[in-house]
Amino acid sequence: MDLATLQPDVLVLGAGNAGLCAAIAAREAGARVLVLESAPRWLRGGNSRHTRNLRCRHDAPEDVLTGFYGDDEYFDDLMRVTGGKTDAGLARLAIRESGTCRAWMRAHGALFQPALGGTLQLSRTNAFFLGGGRALVNAYCRAAERIGVAIVYEAEARGLELSDGAFAAAQVFHGGRMHRVAAKALVAAAGGFEANLEWLREAWGPAADNFIVRGTPHNRGAVLRALLDAGAVPVSDPKQCHAIALDARSPKFDGGIATRVDCVSLGIVVNRNGERFYDEGEDFWPKRYAIWGRLIAAQPGQIAYSIVDAKALGRFMPTIYPGERAGTLAGLAAKLGLAAASLVETVARFNSAVRPGRFDHTVLDDCATVGLAPAKTHWAQRFDTPPFTGYPLRPGITFTYLGVKVDERARVAFAGGGGAGNVFAAGEIMAGNILGEGYLAGIGMTIGTTFGRIAGTEAAAHVRR
Amino acid sequence: MSAADPHAEAARLMTICNACRYCEGYCAVFPAMERRIEFARADLSYLASLCHQCGACHSACQYAPPHEFAVNVPRAFAEVRIASYVECAWPAACAGLFRRNPALVSVTTALATAVFLALGAAADGGLATPRNGAFYAIFPHGLLVSVFGLAFAYAALALAMGALGYARLARGSAEFAPEDGDALRATADALTLRYLGGGGEGCYEGRGDPATLRRRFHHGTFYGFALCFASTTVATIYHYVLGLAAPYPLASIPVVLGTLGGLGLVVGPAGLLWLDRRRDAEVADPGQRALQRSFIAMLLLVSATGLALLALRDTALMGLLLAVHLGFVLAFFVTLPYGKFVHGIYRVQALLKHAHEMRAPNPVGIADS
Repeated sequence: MDLATLQPDVLVLGAGNAGLCAAIAAREAGARVLVLESAPRWLRGGNSRHTRNLRCRHDAPEDVLTGFYGDDEYFDDLMRVTGGKTDAGLARLAIRESGTCRAWMRAHGALFQPALGGTLQLSRTNAFFLGGGRALVNAYCRAAERIGVAIVYEAEARGLELSDGAFAAAQVFHGGRMHRVAAKALVAAAGGFEANLEWLREAWGPAADNFIVRGTPHNRGAVLRALLDAGAVPVSDPKQCHAIALDARSPKFDGGIATRVDCVSLGIVVNRNGERFYDEGEDFWPKRYAIWGRLIAAQPGQIAYSIVDAKALGRFMPTIYPGERAGTLAGLAAKLGLAAASLVETVARFNSAVRPGRFDHTVLDDCATVGLAPAKTHWAQRFDTPPFTGYPLRPGITFTYLGVKVDERARVAFAGGGGAGNVFAAGEIMAGNILGEGYLAGIGMTIGTTFGRIAGTEAAAHVRR
Repeated sequence: MSAADPHAEAARLMTICNACRYCEGYCAVFPAMERRIEFARADLSYLASLCHQCGACHSACQYAPPHEFAVNVPRAFAEVRIASYVECAWPAACAGLFRRNPALVSVTTALATAVFLALGAAADGGLATPRNGAFYAIFPHGLLVSVFGLAFAYAALALAMGALGYARLARGSAEFAPEDGDALRATADALTLRYLGGGGEGCYEGRGDPATLRRRFHHGTFYGFALCFASTTVATIYHYVLGLAAPYPLASIPVVLGTLGGLGLVVGPAGLLWLDRRRDAEVADPGQRALQRSFIAMLLLVSATGLALLALRDTALMGLLLAVHLGFVLAFFVTLPYGKFVHGIYRVQALLKHAHEMRAPNPVGIADS
């Protein structure tokens, strides 16, 4: 296909949640829309294919959501996880709009389901899509194509013709050659650079070599780079990201949700020297899992081992790979490749520091260590019931936060304040405006949906002007 | 059917699915899966029969091929199901017939039809005499009752033994006694095909939109079959209790039921065959296509010959059509225990187990913390 002949009004780069929301919104506002997706069809959707919910404000129980979750509580949650590193205006906008997302999503083919087993703590705040993100992407692609949006796969934008913030065309690799795709407006929705190992290395140094990328290998950040090179104002920084603890045996790319290990808060985590390095029981696991990627990234060799005894078995989400198991700690150490003496010593010190309490994994219980550094402040139980099970962990990077600054109309800001106002951004590529650091479960899809719709509507309005 | 043990592959997939759980809302399979950590043969035989192969989970799967995890639950469960059919076949010596079902069905049909043609030709007046619908003038009532009674009894016995075998297979070590309401729930789930159609969207036949057509055609087939069965039952009552001999008038209950059933059994199977051609080849087990199609084709031919017989029963073609129809019906019943029909029985058993086990809280106590 010769892409140059398509001549859309609005060019959307990326067929993930944000890009598809933008494409549908722009098309419904009357624009001719072309979506370019760098991945092949089966792998379309970027990180959206691995998502499962979005966080929504609501004043009363609504469809799949229980209780109520007001704007202020939502905003306070965001302020807490980001340490205040957020653009309050944009955050308030995303939160306000989050209440309208589900109806819009349903109208475009999305289906919802009650919170999944093992995630009931999210039933108040997060709406789960039936079948997860790939089903959502499938529904959006069908909806978009039905109204005449063109979607082309294996079409990778490698460069942008941008001068003084005015977009003219994208340089696109497709079908073995480069194409020039001109459009009146651009929606950049091509994600972060989490799959670009060289760029990760620039940010993290050699430690990046041990990162596992949870999403597709196509999130290479070419569009982000092109925007930044053209003078777009950056937000957040290259080291900020969503990163969790993953089984070290996971595939290098695209392992998604299933490769995580959820027993950290039930036991201890040691580094390759057999030493503990952080409070495993600091808070409920769903509130803490997203910091463990960074914690492990800071350990020697970027590896750690989550260890539990038999009391924990069956109490955490099943893992995709079986844990190593042994009747003694020394035996487990040997299987995990750790120095036995060190692990035995660490566990002995931990055991003697555990204060008796009433173990209850559903509350922040009173089982804690005393006089141990680092402490384990909840769910601390002695290792006394073999067999012992261990899982090797690596940092699993979900998405990077370095992005482009946008305004409340999703327009990308350029240095010097110039620009034709025809460059819009949505999704991970601008999530750093709201997520300077930290993470709040489900807010990525909220940002993608709200700013995707805004970007699409505004791009179409710009074309009409 | 792949050469590898389908249970090993299904267990591998369930381990991945149990760590993901995105498909929980689609059907009964995933909530049942979440009540387990390990997947033994019994668990997989049970889960596989809960799967209606609508394809919704596959369409939604982030790990579907060509992803290296190569998750294809509908396909894996189709292979486990046929392994269950084979394992539960009665008598065990007939297990191989599942794999040779089209040949079994063709040969049986040919033989049965030939026998009825020969008997009819030998009857007084042969097959070509117009008889105003008087079937028993060609094939005496007693003969038909004994032949079909025997065939039906054999099929019922073989199916019942198969069901017992499946109950043992899927039970594993966990005994259960259904409580009040379980049977009602399971029957309702089966009769409405609650789980055929991925949480309400319908089946995923290919790349297009999901659609509820498969459910409709299946309903046509199932309820058509049920009406034909009811027609025969009413006719039996007419004959033995009321002393009314066939042929019955067009407006009589047996003929109305049989005609409606026959129409359902034409439209339903024809639709299912048509959908089968469009079906995503990735989801379907190619080794089962023949099993599936020969059963559907048989239903279609039984009803088509029956309707043709009804339409032409007052003409000279009646004898010929009657012999052919009886041949198809006889072959249908004799081959029933070694074909796709058994899926319905095992599915109801699995739904019953599901209705029962979902009463209790999930025994796998993952804290929702």
